[in-house]
Amino acid sequence: MGELKRSTQVIEAGEGAAFATTRLADMLAWAQKYSLFMYPFVTACCGMEFMAVSSPRYDFSRFGSEAPRFSPRQSDLLWVVGTITQRQAPILKRIYEQMAEPKWVLAFGTCASCGGFYDNYACVAGVDKVIPCDVYVPGCPPRPEGVLDGLMLLQDKIQSGDRRPSIVKPRHDPAVDQSLGLVDLKRSVKA
Amino acid sequence: MAQALIDLLKSQFPTAVLETHSQHGDETVVLDVRQWKAVAEFLYSSPKAAMNMLTDLTVVDYPDREPRFEVVAHLLSLSLGHRLRIKARVGDEAGEGANIDTLTEIWASANWAEREAFDMFGVNFVGHPDLRRILMYPEFQGHALRKDYPADKIQPLVPYREIPGIEKVAPFGRDEGMSFGRQTHSRWADDSEDSQAN
Amino acid sequence: MEPIDIELDEAELELPEEPMLLNVGPSHPAMHGTVRCVMELSGELIHQVDVQVGYLHRGFEKMCERGTWAQVFPYVDRCNYVSPMLNNVGFALACEKMLGIEVPERCQWYRMALGELARLSDHLTCDGAMAMELGAFTPFLWMIKGREMVWDIMEEETGARLTHSFGRVGGMAAPPTKNFKQQSLAVVEHILGIVSEVEKLLYGNRIFLDRLEDVGIVSAADAISLGWTGPCLRASGVAYDVRKASPYLKYDEVEFDVPVGEKGDCLDRFIIRLEEMKQSARIIRQAIARMADSGPINVVDPRIILPPKDEVYNTIEGTIQHFKIIMEGLKIPAGEVYSYTEAGNGELGFYLVSDGSGTPYRVRIRPPCYYITGGLERVITGQMMADVVPCFGSLNMIGGECDR
Repeated sequence: MGELKRSTQVIEAGEGAAFATTRLADMLAWAQKYSLFMYPFVTACCGMEFMAVSSPRYDFSRFGSEAPRFSPRQSDLLWVVGTITQRQAPILKRIYEQMAEPKWVLAFGTCASCGGFYDNYACVAGVDKVIPCDVYVPGCPPRPEGVLDGLMLLQDKIQSGDRRPSIVKPRHDPAVDQSLGLVDLKRSVKA
Repeated sequence: MAQALIDLLKSQFPTAVLETHSQHGDETVVLDVRQWKAVAEFLYSSPKAAMNMLTDLTVVDYPDREPRFEVVAHLLSLSLGHRLRIKARVGDEAGEGANIDTLTEIWASANWAEREAFDMFGVNFVGHPDLRRILMYPEFQGHALRKDYPADKIQPLVPYREIPGIEKVAPFGRDEGMSFGRQTHSRWADDSEDSQAN
Repeated sequence: MEPIDIELDEAELELPEEPMLLNVGPSHPAMHGTVRCVMELSGELIHQVDVQVGYLHRGFEKMCERGTWAQVFPYVDRCNYVSPMLNNVGFALACEKMLGIEVPERCQWYRMALGELARLSDHLTCDGAMAMELGAFTPFLWMIKGREMVWDIMEEETGARLTHSFGRVGGMAAPPTKNFKQQSLAVVEHILGIVSEVEKLLYGNRIFLDRLEDVGIVSAADAISLGWTGPCLRASGVAYDVRKASPYLKYDEVEFDVPVGEKGDCLDRFIIRLEEMKQSARIIRQAIARMADSGPINVVDPRIILPPKDEVYNTIEGTIQHFKIIMEGLKIPAGEVYSYTEAGNGELGFYLVSDGSGTPYRVRIRPPCYYITGGLERVITGQMMADVVPCFGSLNMIGGECDR
């Protein structure tokens, strides 16, 4: 429950009964973060991974982000999945503008985050050139675990009311980790 | 197999076949652009050729040659199992006057292939029923796959958001990613020109 | 309160006579996010349709002219992102045809096994998505489960679930892992189970059959003229398969059949894909049985293949060789080639032009999807509006490949 706990107070009323008080804004945020109606704006390769995240093995409906809505007016989370080309940009912008507040945007994959290696005449180098973005999930395509991480990060942000953009960072980078660097690993294998 | 086909073409159209070659097992015939459609019709209807499928049609741009564009079509005969590549050269150095007859009346697949060639290279297919851009948007200026169109030149349809630092970060130079054999070292050349100008 | 329409005489209502314009897509779930159809409807019948593609044009061909030959592999991966391995192998074969080399036998079997696994994943996705769009959600979940298993193998072999970039000119990036044979055989067995379950679920389902049967019929002559290849062409009754017509790798040494449809309707296209999965399973089993457990996987040619990392780090010759291949690129002799393989959707051709430097002069990919989508207009004109979904689904349009 994260942030909600801080403002919640449980008051014992005796004989096993109790009631809790909390702040309304926290309560609303808590409800919002567990009932994200999503609009999948799926264009490219990442769509395959998006299918995988929504299918039984990874199953992101566990996080309350179950109902896909193909109408922007009924959704509050816009998944931008895949490359956005210059030709597609006006459509993305219009869909974002049609969504009702409160709304969040999650950039799924490197292309949506920064354009990736499609740095050319046809592509928009990241959706944030056109619409504001809340969470960036890098990867080409990102692994389902990374996507779930991004979704949880977004939920934390919704709870705390923080609208600054943030990035899902890799938890563990073997090339940087000194205790298990690649060079050390190779030496230990050889020895 | 396909060699016999080339001989047949040579005897049927002595003036149309400009050159022939065979590389990696692919027979190629370079045709006179004025007889492009006549030869294609012959290849489609002649029982010895029976080229019933146009597998692909594309263009290669050679900016320092005249004619500049090479229209390349790959034909396949499903019944006889042979393939042939036909080519025609069009266009002057500026890319103007690149006109060639359409093949849409012979093969339906030429429709979209020619639209793409028009979109990407600006080759005009005379007689095409619906020649407009297909991959790029109608507002796009220029032809993206021409060698002189810069790879990173964008033409946005929606203005970018007004946030400091949102514009495209340092565009890659002309040489970036290129192998040594293709590098122009243009930056050095530009620098020396600048210094001379100063 | 009185009803408002109490004075309304239904006989006097005028129905609009002019056709209605309806825009579907590009961001529409049935249009896979990248195709826009502007239709002129009369009632529910489609009079005229303008299919607009290009919403996923990412400049593939332009980007290929900006790197070395080896740097093209990541781009071909993302062209057909449902079966990237087939694209990898197709491009590697095109380069090898230009260089005039042939990879070792073990590598050929390995490429075949991986390629057919990728074909399984392609057909599972296509048929699953098609069923889902028609409301049959269970087969979709089962098929995606099967695809996850294929991806597990891919991940074990290549390190990536989806975009592998595993092919190399002159071989593969790594030899097969120890478990590859055992694991693939188990997965193939499982997927055949899924296929028969799906058959049981759908072939007895009247609603499903009624929506597909006699819908979107394409005659053989039309399909050939439109340049269709692969499952869509075979569904129309033309037994053309590149693997049989001009075998590459070791396809002339394995036994498999080419399933052919009768009518060329959506149901045929659905069934062909299921049948092809059974044939792919046969090929995988034969390839695995004949693949040696040891032996070279790459050609022996220091101009093409990177030296082993030990040599790169420890000897000056290895370092120089590595540097030259990476910085100068592979040198492919000047010339042109058209090389074609059977990808998930049909004939995947690469027309390569080299000027002898380490960078491709022109890479033209012949996308099977592009020509198939070019025929969409002909398929859905005259159909009902609701038939657009199965027609479009059965063509298996892959945005990345269609628009490049």
